[in-house]
Amino acid sequence: MDWFPLFNSLRIAGISTVIIFFVGIFAAYYIAKAPRVLKGVLDVVLTLPLVLPPTVVGYLLLRLLGPKRVIGAWVLATFGVRLTMTWWSAIFATTVVIFPLMYRTARGAFESFDETLAYSAQSIGLSNTYIFWRIRMPYCRQGILAGTVLAFARALGEYGATSMIAGYTPGRTATISTTVYQLWRTNEDGLAFRWVLVNLAISFVVLLAVNMLEKRNKSPRRGALRKEAA
Amino acid sequence: MSLSVDLEKDLGSFRLRAAFEAKDETLALLGASGCGKSLTLRCIAGIEKPDRGRIVVDGITLFDSEKGVNLTPQQRRTGLMFQNDALFPNMTVLQNIRAGARRERDALRREQGVAEVMESFGLTELAGRYPAQLSGGQQQRVALARILVSGPRILLLDEPFSALDSHLRFRLEQEVRQVLHRFGRTVVLVSHDRDEVFRMSDSIVIMDDGQIQTAGSRDDVFRDPRTRSGAVLTGCKNISRVCRLDGARVRALDWGITLELREKLTDEKYLGIRMHDVRPGDGENAFWARVTEEIENPFSFTVMLRPEEAEEKSTPIGWEMEKDTWRRLRADRVKISLPPESILRLRE
Repeated sequence: MDWFPLFNSLRIAGISTVIIFFVGIFAAYYIAKAPRVLKGVLDVVLTLPLVLPPTVVGYLLLRLLGPKRVIGAWVLATFGVRLTMTWWSAIFATTVVIFPLMYRTARGAFESFDETLAYSAQSIGLSNTYIFWRIRMPYCRQGILAGTVLAFARALGEYGATSMIAGYTPGRTATISTTVYQLWRTNEDGLAFRWVLVNLAISFVVLLAVNMLEKRNKSPRRGALRKEAA
Repeated sequence: MSLSVDLEKDLGSFRLRAAFEAKDETLALLGASGCGKSLTLRCIAGIEKPDRGRIVVDGITLFDSEKGVNLTPQQRRTGLMFQNDALFPNMTVLQNIRAGARRERDALRREQGVAEVMESFGLTELAGRYPAQLSGGQQQRVALARILVSGPRILLLDEPFSALDSHLRFRLEQEVRQVLHRFGRTVVLVSHDRDEVFRMSDSIVIMDDGQIQTAGSRDDVFRDPRTRSGAVLTGCKNISRVCRLDGARVRALDWGITLELREKLTDEKYLGIRMHDVRPGDGENAFWARVTEEIENPFSFTVMLRPEEAEEKSTPIGWEMEKDTWRRLRADRVKISLPPESILRLRE
């Protein structure tokens, strides 16, 4: 069995999760602070990839990044690089599809943050950077971690947009999900089933991780011993 | 060493207009919730930005809308303390205090400062605990220690005791009073509790609906709160609308009686008298009254009295006295007097 699809899926999901970790948190942090109307509009626009069929996302991406389209043509002319049909083309698809997952969970976490903590921290002279990384992020840790794991899981399972923008080339752009489809189509049922099992195992582990994170979230340190200590 | 505040902020349905000064003393902002006292504190700390005005602490301008000065909360060095939940939950007591000391660049001096404050607040044994493992009183002590180790120019306390049980509260209040005394600089205390304000502060600013009602030394404000809301906030429970008759004689409309004041009424619209300033027996402004209700408190009686000359619908006057006094005087009708010097003359 050729393990390339597993390796390829993991690196695509890994890279896009890292990208979306920062972009999603950044967007969530600033949009949580935005005025109400702007917040509402941005919220809809940024959540759209979650409800759009992946093929629609793939179509839109091809309209932008295809070798004859605006961005794709420019990149091809300037750098001599095609943005589609390489293994990393799939990263464009996965980042767009998983962005709303990260963004929404991170925003929910930031909105639960108690701003008086930030105010007290400012008044004792702590910088806003320190407050963000040492107080706000640890406070929202579980929500953000859960969002990250969920985004990673979704990136691993991405099929529609990926197959459109990266295609299926064995040993070059094949991912687990595109491989399963290809094997089933070519009647290699046994091999397809093995990949299905691999996929099930990964999803199982990931969801277990999400559940454990959420359980920890329900019994955090705060409040647990307060009565006793009083 | 002083604080000078003059600010305006318009929030549409609510307008804040506050101007006051304080020396090296504890100044209390007393008012009902939503009167703008916390907003004023936030403006001083730099969390909220006033529309117009000037805030100066120890000669340093923190905010000046005309000169375009608006220091960040970090630059202002105003130690802001909240009701609760201001400790960083992911850090131990020691880490919380250390976070407060980060302004000090010299590591040795920083650790010394931390050790000193841990010692003087009795936190050494709690060093390794997380905030959630502390009682409410301990949390507030850590919060105050963390503020003091950061070297503030001024302290801003926003209802620091109101989340605590009354017995804890009293003890912590005593501790904090000593700490403030040692601090020796300007402290602004926001509170709606008149007893706490009386015990803690040197001067008082009474706020109502975004406006300053009365300001002055603690004793002056309690002796003469000057406005109706000031009287209510300083604990005066008997208040009546008033209109002028001839000379210094007035008609207390809600009580249904005529009273003689020391001086002519000017623009005051209300009279007030504190429940324990009512006197038994003959004297100025004496009248017979019928007991409508007798309320027993833990250590006193409150007797509600309706003057005999007043109508049935009139507002009864409350009289609070020691238990023994009422046991001696108890009757269905009693003669009382309202000494003119105890009558508060109040504007709207």
